[in-house]
Amino acid sequence: MSYLKLNSLLAVVSAGALALGVAACGESTEPTGGSGEAVSGDITIEGSSTVFPFAQAAAEAFQGENGEVNITVGDAGSTAGFEALCAGETDIADASSQIDEETVKTCEEAGIEPIELTIANDGISIITNPELAVECITTEELAEVWEKGSSVANLAEVNPDLPDTELALYGPGDESGTWEYFTETINGEEGNIRDDYSPSADDNVIVQGVEGEAGGMGFLGFSYYEQNADALGIAAVDSGDGCVTPSSETIQSGEYAPLARPLFMYVAGTEALAKPQVAAFVDYVLANNTEIAETALVVPANEEQISGDEEAIGAGAK
Amino acid sequence: MSATVDAPRVAVQVIPPADSRAKLRERAFEAALIFALLISLAMLIALFIDVFTKGLPGLSPEFVTDKASAFPANAGIATSLLGTLWLMVVCIVFIVPIGLASAVYLEEYGTDYADQRTWTGRMIGRFNTFVEVNIQNLAAVPSIVYGILGLAFLVRGPLDLGKIILAGGLTLGLLVLPVVIIAGREALRAVPSSIREGSMALGATKWQTIWRQVLPAAVPGVATGVILALSRAIGETAPLLLLGAATFNTQNPSGIFSAISALPLQINTWISAPGADFQALAASAIIVLLVVLVLMNSVAIYLRNRYEQKW
Repeated sequence: MSYLKLNSLLAVVSAGALALGVAACGESTEPTGGSGEAVSGDITIEGSSTVFPFAQAAAEAFQGENGEVNITVGDAGSTAGFEALCAGETDIADASSQIDEETVKTCEEAGIEPIELTIANDGISIITNPELAVECITTEELAEVWEKGSSVANLAEVNPDLPDTELALYGPGDESGTWEYFTETINGEEGNIRDDYSPSADDNVIVQGVEGEAGGMGFLGFSYYEQNADALGIAAVDSGDGCVTPSSETIQSGEYAPLARPLFMYVAGTEALAKPQVAAFVDYVLANNTEIAETALVVPANEEQISGDEEAIGAGAK
Repeated sequence: MSATVDAPRVAVQVIPPADSRAKLRERAFEAALIFALLISLAMLIALFIDVFTKGLPGLSPEFVTDKASAFPANAGIATSLLGTLWLMVVCIVFIVPIGLASAVYLEEYGTDYADQRTWTGRMIGRFNTFVEVNIQNLAAVPSIVYGILGLAFLVRGPLDLGKIILAGGLTLGLLVLPVVIIAGREALRAVPSSIREGSMALGATKWQTIWRQVLPAAVPGVATGVILALSRAIGETAPLLLLGAATFNTQNPSGIFSAISALPLQINTWISAPGADFQALAASAIIVLLVVLVLMNSVAIYLRNRYEQKW
């Protein structure tokens, strides 16, 4: 009796597993539609979480035209992306900062020559609480507020024209490419930043923090500002050539210097480009760059960058 | 109490207040206990209200059948939900036989060596104690450590499986295996020894006794343990993140060799995405995960009540 019970239990469990298998098999892929000759096969993308929305939007749109293709997109970070690239584990690495020479050397030792594509732009935005109305701030003033050991508790200490409110500072932590770029460009050295601000790996937490305190101020990627523009104030940045407010236009043109930065995709050498699906995907990303960027709420690459990319692909395809 | 009061009167007057003070203390203690209970309950209710107000409007059949998308309006959890179910299949196929076999050995065979006089017997006994202590310890190892183990031995290294569901499910299986072994041992221990002795007395071998008498009697306890272990595995994010699971797949997983996708990973991605729409999607996905969890726990309760035996 009890023996039977055990057997029937096993039967129920295996039937459940079987049903799941059937359900999964029923999920057949949609027929290929759209233009041109559809490709199939796997494409793996790994890297920066800043580039992730762009890569996801690109993968989704490309999948729509090539039903047989299977794309996986990760967001483990720029460094993890480069590691995977040099280890031959990924076809494309996303990065929010340019690859350094040491990494290129590691890749080349493994027989992989990364092909650099600039696929979008981002502008690190100085966000404030709407009550802390900062119209414009110079890069020197920013450095004074944010540099290591800084004890600036009030913007008026830096410049009497700025609002006299006690500051509450927020920003990404040291695992972030945004943090890397900000400290390097504003404070001259990667990691040169005061240690008494509130760091968070989650950009939404930074938004909430700045939103919640009258003296809230922080820095993060432009798309997070754009998504929360009605709840946040934004400071224009003056690097010596006048105040520039970050916007799609000023970021795309590079006018929002020095905080505008290009976003990259690195293709794992000619070998990856020889795969028809990877080559088709790269072409698709360059040809539909603006649409993809708009979907992903990032700033598209400018014409100069796209033509540079096409050249790099042409050289890599030989 | 002034010093002028004489002794007998003091005794009479002091005892009643002391008694009521003890009662007061008793009540205060009870109130403190209820307060402690209410804190955790309040947290849970706050979480539920938050998740349900944000996530309920977004729940629809399409949300469950659609794939993830860059457009919040089109986004769904089909890929990650299927991934999670496949992970659970791998997990259950791995942990039930291995966990049960380990529990049977430790409980039914291992104890034989406790009072052995021979050298080999003593060594085996010591080895068993060593294994037992380690299983207890393994149950308390942080999940991220299992992620490192899975990355080094399953995804890369000796097995080199790649970032596939098989590797993810095995990693989660290793993570919850100690729980299954411990629960299995307790279930076996709850079977009275009179059952074993009766079976042996009728001429059954040890194997026959275990397979036909002890194991069926232990089913409710084992099944409960397995499902509780799966309930833990289903919510794990950290080890899968460490394996390098991709956060977006354009195709639904079709088996154990597909790329890893899982509901907690999807929730993790949506929570950190820009825009309130994605936060709402995360809340909806949390509701689905909660529903799956509640279903699993109900099965555990049903199995326990249905197959429970009174001795």
